[in-house]
Amino acid sequence: MSPNFRIAVRFLTAKKRSMVMCLSCIVLGVGLFIVTQATTSGFQSHFITTILGTDGAVRIEDREQNTIQTVSAGDYGSGFQIEHKGAHRYVEGIDYPVDLEEAIRSFSNVAAVSQVLHGSNVTIRSSFKDDSVQVYGIYVADHLRVSDLGSQIVGGSIGAFEAEPSGALVGLEMADRLQLGLGDTFLLVADGNVQRFKVSAIYSTGKEDVDRVRVYLKMGDARSLLRKPTGISYFQVDLRDRERADRDAQWMQDVLQYKVASWQFREREWLGVFKMLRISTAITVSVFTVIAGLAMFNTLAMIVLEKTKDIAILRSMGYTREDISRIFVWQALIVLALGSAAGCLLGGALTFGVSQVPFQIRSIFTLDRLPVDTSAWHYVEAVSTAVCTVMLASLVPARRAARLEPGDIIRGTAQ
Amino acid sequence: MTPAPADPHELVLRCTDLHRSLGRGEAKVHVLRGVSFEARRGHVYSIVGPSGCGKSTLLYLLGLLDLPDAGEITIDGRPMSNRDDAARTAARGAHIGFVFQFHFLMMEFTALENVQMPMRKLGRLPPGQMEARARQLLQEVGLGDKAHRRATELSGGEQQRVAVARALANQPSIILADEPTGNLDVRNSAVVFDLLARLAKENGQAVILVTHNPDIASRCDFTRPMRDGRFLES
Repeated sequence: MSPNFRIAVRFLTAKKRSMVMCLSCIVLGVGLFIVTQATTSGFQSHFITTILGTDGAVRIEDREQNTIQTVSAGDYGSGFQIEHKGAHRYVEGIDYPVDLEEAIRSFSNVAAVSQVLHGSNVTIRSSFKDDSVQVYGIYVADHLRVSDLGSQIVGGSIGAFEAEPSGALVGLEMADRLQLGLGDTFLLVADGNVQRFKVSAIYSTGKEDVDRVRVYLKMGDARSLLRKPTGISYFQVDLRDRERADRDAQWMQDVLQYKVASWQFREREWLGVFKMLRISTAITVSVFTVIAGLAMFNTLAMIVLEKTKDIAILRSMGYTREDISRIFVWQALIVLALGSAAGCLLGGALTFGVSQVPFQIRSIFTLDRLPVDTSAWHYVEAVSTAVCTVMLASLVPARRAARLEPGDIIRGTAQ
Repeated sequence: MTPAPADPHELVLRCTDLHRSLGRGEAKVHVLRGVSFEARRGHVYSIVGPSGCGKSTLLYLLGLLDLPDAGEITIDGRPMSNRDDAARTAARGAHIGFVFQFHFLMMEFTALENVQMPMRKLGRLPPGQMEARARQLLQEVGLGDKAHRRATELSGGEQQRVAVARALANQPSIILADEPTGNLDVRNSAVVFDLLARLAKENGQAVILVTHNPDIASRCDFTRPMRDGRFLES
């Protein structure tokens, strides 16, 4: 044990109450930082998992038509042109999906592709009430590869949906609202065309705005209902590395000349909300860490005042200014290390506890427990915040202690 | 070839024409006005004089705790007055032991730990030998049985004896004592002075002490009276 460390420990133990105050604030700051980040990240992860499982990593829709991109600003041949931003026109839908699908599959990161025919102005009629719904025509096997639809079935089965003529997959919310059960029939009305379907299975994505409005039909049934014998609305694509979706989407758009939207782009508003939520909770709970820093500053400043004679005697014995500074920095480091370790344990325990508490949410998500996302980065961020605050707070007293002149202290004239 | 034994009366400290002013502006006082002084191993020197004559200021300059405005200080033949803080700090640790009027023990530590404190910094000895030497020094000052008592559990006289043991810990060539008996009763004053004088002579160290006590001053090998920042005789 170095002499500086030994002295630091003794100085610390002589100021138990103040140090316990600092320690408590660090423990609370680190612990709460971890648990709030775990819960906000948990919501974000749940959201991302849901949207990836429902709408896929990338959506390719609408053919892109280049229009005029620059406007000549001077006389002919002046060379001075104004760029016309957003100079694109999109033609709705995909007329020749087979050729495009082949091109999409040639991208190395593409894992699976599913054709989807979408109809939005559709009315559902049950014996109980009418409602507006959106119809999604799919090839079942293909769509199961680009979504979590298979694991989202809460009643009936995908097999029954595939096998039954005029079978339909309806969302749990919709089934509840229209009082539809397995085997019940209902009418779908699209542009005057009325067809009867049977509830083959009920799914639940956990995202209310999906479960309330989407009806999945087999592609043939959807074409018949929507009167679209050829073409599709969009491709839903799954990627091997979903984090690369933004970059791949841009690449695909450039190559395919179709509008390509990554999940990050499609859900940018919600992702922005989650990001802001994480930052704001981090700032809020960092107040504890700031208080810990202030308490540390105060305690060390008091120790410097109380220990001026000890500092003088240490200096007279050959302890350098750096040694004196280190003695005070060690004190901060010891409290920081203990506080961070205890804070991490508290954060871990709270995170586990929160994940186990039954907590029903029925709003934008349908959840029975608070989602938590445990990440080592939350611990790193929490401890880094504490390190920055506490070490910054310890530097001023440490420097002040190091600057004290032993002669002045012994003479009684130290400032 | 073994090194030649040190001269028992070798010159270890010399200062020449030291000047020092304290305070600023109109409050500035010229405390030392050209003081010169020499100290040899094995001798005990006392500096006496009225309060404010510059005794303690001289002692802090000799102990490299303060910088002179002018003049030269040489310790073991090495000029020190113009050296940087790190060199002066290292020289203090290796060559100088201090005893102050108010003991200045570190209250959170035991007597044994206080005596080991300078040794731990210098790091000449392994930990086991440090502890053995600290125990031996406490034995020599009559506190062998109180080695594990905290400084707060010792009387004033005992604390000063621990301070003497601590000053001797690194076997310095110079011991500087600022009113070492100023806070003690007559009996304890005699004990502490006898200790300092005996151990310094046995170890070949120069002891320079500042005192108001005429009995203590008369028992030193040399007495240098000071007045108004100068020695009265040279």
